[in-house]
Amino acid sequence: MLKRLITSREALLVGAIGLLLILISTRFSGFAAPSNLANVFNDTSPLILLAIGQMIVILTKCIDLSVAANLALTGMVVSMVNVAMPGLPIIFIVAIAIGLGALLGMFNGILVWKLQIPPIVVTLGTMTIFRGIIFLLSDGKWVNSHEMSPAFKAFPRAEILGLPVLSWIAIFAVIVFGIVMTRTTLGRAFYAAGGNPHAATYAGINVGKTQFWAFTISGALAGLTGYLWVSRFAVAYVDIASGFELDVVAACVIGGVSIMGGIGTVAGALLGALFLGIIKNALPVVDISPFWQLAISGGAIIIAVILNAQANRKKGRIILKQAEQAS
Amino acid sequence: MLQHPGITTTDVDTTKAVAVLALDKVTKTFPGVKALSEVSLSLYPGKVTALIGENGAGKSTVVKILTGIYQPDGGQILVDDKPTPFPVPQAAATHGVTAIHQETVLFDELSVAENIFLGHAPRNKFGLIDLAAMTEKARALLSGIGADIDPATKLKDLGIASKHLVAIGRALSIDARVVIMDEPTAALSHKEIEELHELVESLKAQGKAILFISHKFDEIFRIADNFTVFRDGQLIGDGAIAEVTEAALVKMMVGRDVSQIFPQRTPNVADTVLSVAGYSHPTEFEDISFELRKGEILGFYGLVGAGRSEFMQALFGITRTSAGAAEIDGAPVQIKSPADAVDNGIVYVPEDRGKQGAILDLPIFQNVSLPSLGRISSKGFLKLAEEFALARSYAERLDLRAASLDTHVGNLSGGNQQKVVIAKWLATQPKVIILDEPTKGVDIGSKAAVHEFMAELAAEGLAVIMVSSEIPEVLGMSDRVIVMREGRIVAELADDDLKPETLVRHAAGI
Amino acid sequence: MNTTVRSIPDRLRSPFEQRLKSWESLLLLVAIAIFVANSFASPYFLNAWNLSDATFNFTEKAMIAFAMALLIISGEIDLSVAAIIALASTAMGAAVQMGVGTPGLVFIGLSVGLLCGAFNGILVTGMGLPSIVVTIGTMSLFRGISFIVLGDQAYGGYPASFSYFGQGYVWWVISFEFVLFAIIAVIYAVLLRKANFGRAVYAIGNNPTGAMFSGIRVQRVKFILFLLTGLMSGIAAVCLTARLGSTRPSIATGWELEIVTMVVLGGVSILGGSGTIVGVVIAAFVMGLVTFGLGLLNVPGIVMSIVIGGLLIGVIALPRLWTMWRSR
Repeated sequence: MLKRLITSREALLVGAIGLLLILISTRFSGFAAPSNLANVFNDTSPLILLAIGQMIVILTKCIDLSVAANLALTGMVVSMVNVAMPGLPIIFIVAIAIGLGALLGMFNGILVWKLQIPPIVVTLGTMTIFRGIIFLLSDGKWVNSHEMSPAFKAFPRAEILGLPVLSWIAIFAVIVFGIVMTRTTLGRAFYAAGGNPHAATYAGINVGKTQFWAFTISGALAGLTGYLWVSRFAVAYVDIASGFELDVVAACVIGGVSIMGGIGTVAGALLGALFLGIIKNALPVVDISPFWQLAISGGAIIIAVILNAQANRKKGRIILKQAEQAS
Repeated sequence: MLQHPGITTTDVDTTKAVAVLALDKVTKTFPGVKALSEVSLSLYPGKVTALIGENGAGKSTVVKILTGIYQPDGGQILVDDKPTPFPVPQAAATHGVTAIHQETVLFDELSVAENIFLGHAPRNKFGLIDLAAMTEKARALLSGIGADIDPATKLKDLGIASKHLVAIGRALSIDARVVIMDEPTAALSHKEIEELHELVESLKAQGKAILFISHKFDEIFRIADNFTVFRDGQLIGDGAIAEVTEAALVKMMVGRDVSQIFPQRTPNVADTVLSVAGYSHPTEFEDISFELRKGEILGFYGLVGAGRSEFMQALFGITRTSAGAAEIDGAPVQIKSPADAVDNGIVYVPEDRGKQGAILDLPIFQNVSLPSLGRISSKGFLKLAEEFALARSYAERLDLRAASLDTHVGNLSGGNQQKVVIAKWLATQPKVIILDEPTKGVDIGSKAAVHEFMAELAAEGLAVIMVSSEIPEVLGMSDRVIVMREGRIVAELADDDLKPETLVRHAAGI
Repeated sequence: MNTTVRSIPDRLRSPFEQRLKSWESLLLLVAIAIFVANSFASPYFLNAWNLSDATFNFTEKAMIAFAMALLIISGEIDLSVAAIIALASTAMGAAVQMGVGTPGLVFIGLSVGLLCGAFNGILVTGMGLPSIVVTIGTMSLFRGISFIVLGDQAYGGYPASFSYFGQGYVWWVISFEFVLFAIIAVIYAVLLRKANFGRAVYAIGNNPTGAMFSGIRVQRVKFILFLLTGLMSGIAAVCLTARLGSTRPSIATGWELEIVTMVVLGGVSILGGSGTIVGVVIAAFVMGLVTFGLGLLNVPGIVMSIVIGGLLIGVIALPRLWTMWRSR
């Protein structure tokens, strides 16, 4: 039991992150200070939210490349709603963001479920469509800080117990989905549908429908992140979070989520996102050009996928008696 | 909810009892194939009904209809004598029908307890899965069937027999009234089979209706109460097992006397073509050595899982060996990939035709030419006319039945698919052909054709290795038989030693 | 038993008949419709020079798309192609600063492409890793190296003779790039349809295990496909760099998705096993014509992406919807 815990992917990642923090601290001792770590966490929160959604999608043998475009579209829509109705309470803004994001995710999901179009094709298509729609809606213009209402911008920054709301939302999502994935029928259905679709059908699980819900969750989280993103950076335009979908997939892969489906945890997605977030935040303080970030995360993805493959390699049959005893 | 095993057998008289689950004149058609035509089948509480039939007789279609995976085109499903459609798998589960499959189909990444309770796990007051209760229930369930398995283990860490027990645990957890066991003993060891039989007895005692699908007559006669025989999607006969003989069942199953199936041949054995010395693999087999001569059919017999296919795949270059050497015509050869094997004249007709043997979505002619592309092309470019000619010559030689050479292999019957795979290899003009369960899933007519063809190949001087788990086939076809057990050669038998009892004794290690 | 040997026909339908009912014919109709619509919509459309300019919208992408088509048919994918362009272009830019001449630049561009392809190929075929993740990784890695080298700078100063690859014309309005595109299209079409290699690619895409059991050297074939995709990215890098006359690390951003779209639109199954080069050629023209036509109507590029994305989903969804509707 202890051995299993130590060799688990999550433990390995915690170790790697610890090592990373020690390394960074030798160059810049202030990095590991709690206040700075809290900043890093806050900065990584959007990635954590999206990585959780992406992990669920990947669990079901799918992939969602449209999350960043969904985020940008939802962000633009709520910004424009805010500009048009500055008095609308934030709770409605949040509801619109989650609802619209979920709808966009459902659109992906329905194409995958009902028309059985490969997810990579669907989300490649919707990714460009969503971005295009932002342009049509905004006419290519930016929604700038001064146009947004103070309440709209203040929400993710408001501090509760010393942590910004943005961080609390990420923590809340980690806990909620941690429970959903381990303790609900739907959560276990994601694992079953991706791990063995054939057997899942026999167990009475509708694989297509499960995938549909995965896309819906991923969309809802992307929508929520869309609002948080535009209010935190106080700007909305067509290209926000451009290419961010790859960071999200990267966080999942680093977190041990298997692209073949059925393997992955919320903790893994969280740690994968934190790993990338720490690197991104550490580069400037240890005097490495931020231009290194892309190459480093690329390298991290490759190393992670090699490690994943080693861990999940199928063992051959054991027929010989002495081999059985030896194992 | 769960009865503890050990309660006395509920004595049910089948003549009066109402069938828990029945099929009434059910028909199922797939494009081009009538899988079932008006078959009926009844399952009674506390009784084991054996479903018997050759591969392709329609047994797996029946299982899929009973579990709600397929919908019948005609006829109906009866639950307690009332027509009840199973539009989705969930409906079958709701009516207490559960199946344990040929290859245990469960979830490697989930825990044993979750595998058992997926979809109907105990909840706590917040509506969440109650992990502690689930683990406890799973533990109780497993110990009830005599399985010593930790419910928290991930399924992937279990052996095949334990996975079976988990599947049975799952069947019991939904309070099943009907348990379908689709060849549950195929991959089990002798001891594990014994345990499974005891379990079937205890399920019976609990009043469950059991549909037991098996190819093994000894176990059918041991545990079944009733039988139903299918042939080519039709109901051939049913009744009480006590009133029937093995020979009669076999006759119903194959539609003729078994003794006539095998071709008469006079072996014309010549020089050694292949010699294998000390082939070993870290976990699968050890010290495999033998010689194979031209014109010979060498049978490899053993229980499923004895390491025969694993060794053959190593000989064919698919898996790497840790030690050992092979010689072709006296010259040492290095076989590191199937391509190397083919270059050296060794070809392999695998057991899993759909995955390994043929490319189902490609047409016949492209399948046949695939390993011989070099011979029908010049400078890397294909000559289509020669490709068709090659495919045609072997298709005709094997009496292939197909609409055209452009037909996709996936649209052919099992027997014709097998002919395509054999044609593909003959086109490479091999020296040694390895046939792994060559007649598995092949209808009876094609089966005889495959056997005749094997005899013909040997007569022409080809060296044939045949891996088979069917004793009649092994005895009927082989000149010599090597028996494997637990990854080792335990006997080499010829002439007068070739008797069913001898084979079984060596294979089982008694 | 029936022993009469019946003669089996080679084919029930002629190849021509099969082609008539194919995806490619449907796509060709779409292409013609767009062409006609464009010529009505804008008076500037039917102008030889304008049409020639339009080809630059797709020639470089299509070169990569041909290799990508083979790769996708074999069941793999390479999302790092645009990043390879960036890295190859950066390498050429650096070489220019050291005074390397045109032949040297081309050699460097193609070599970097091949090396990147080999790197992907080793990771996928040698280590057995899923190509989609590997190439998402190398996509960041390759472009990341460009960013490390260049930061927010740009390389320029390419020799005049080098610009021919991106700006030269072979005859009248026929550009060098278009000729190269046509030659490469023919080579790939022949490779896929007429060569042993292509047959192996289809077999692998349909059933990799079955292909291996048939004596096909699956990993070797896939490795060669990654090499080819890398090489084509190198060629595209030469053309694009020559056309732009400068190198920034953000060069060709997002092209990988447009290239995959082109391949899928061309009728190549994203699940592997089927597809033709003819389809990809027509898809390239469709995408080029749409971009160009909308451009003439002053529709911004981002809106074109809606059309492209819609086409990608629509062309797959509509036939399926139609079948579903008919079978009701």
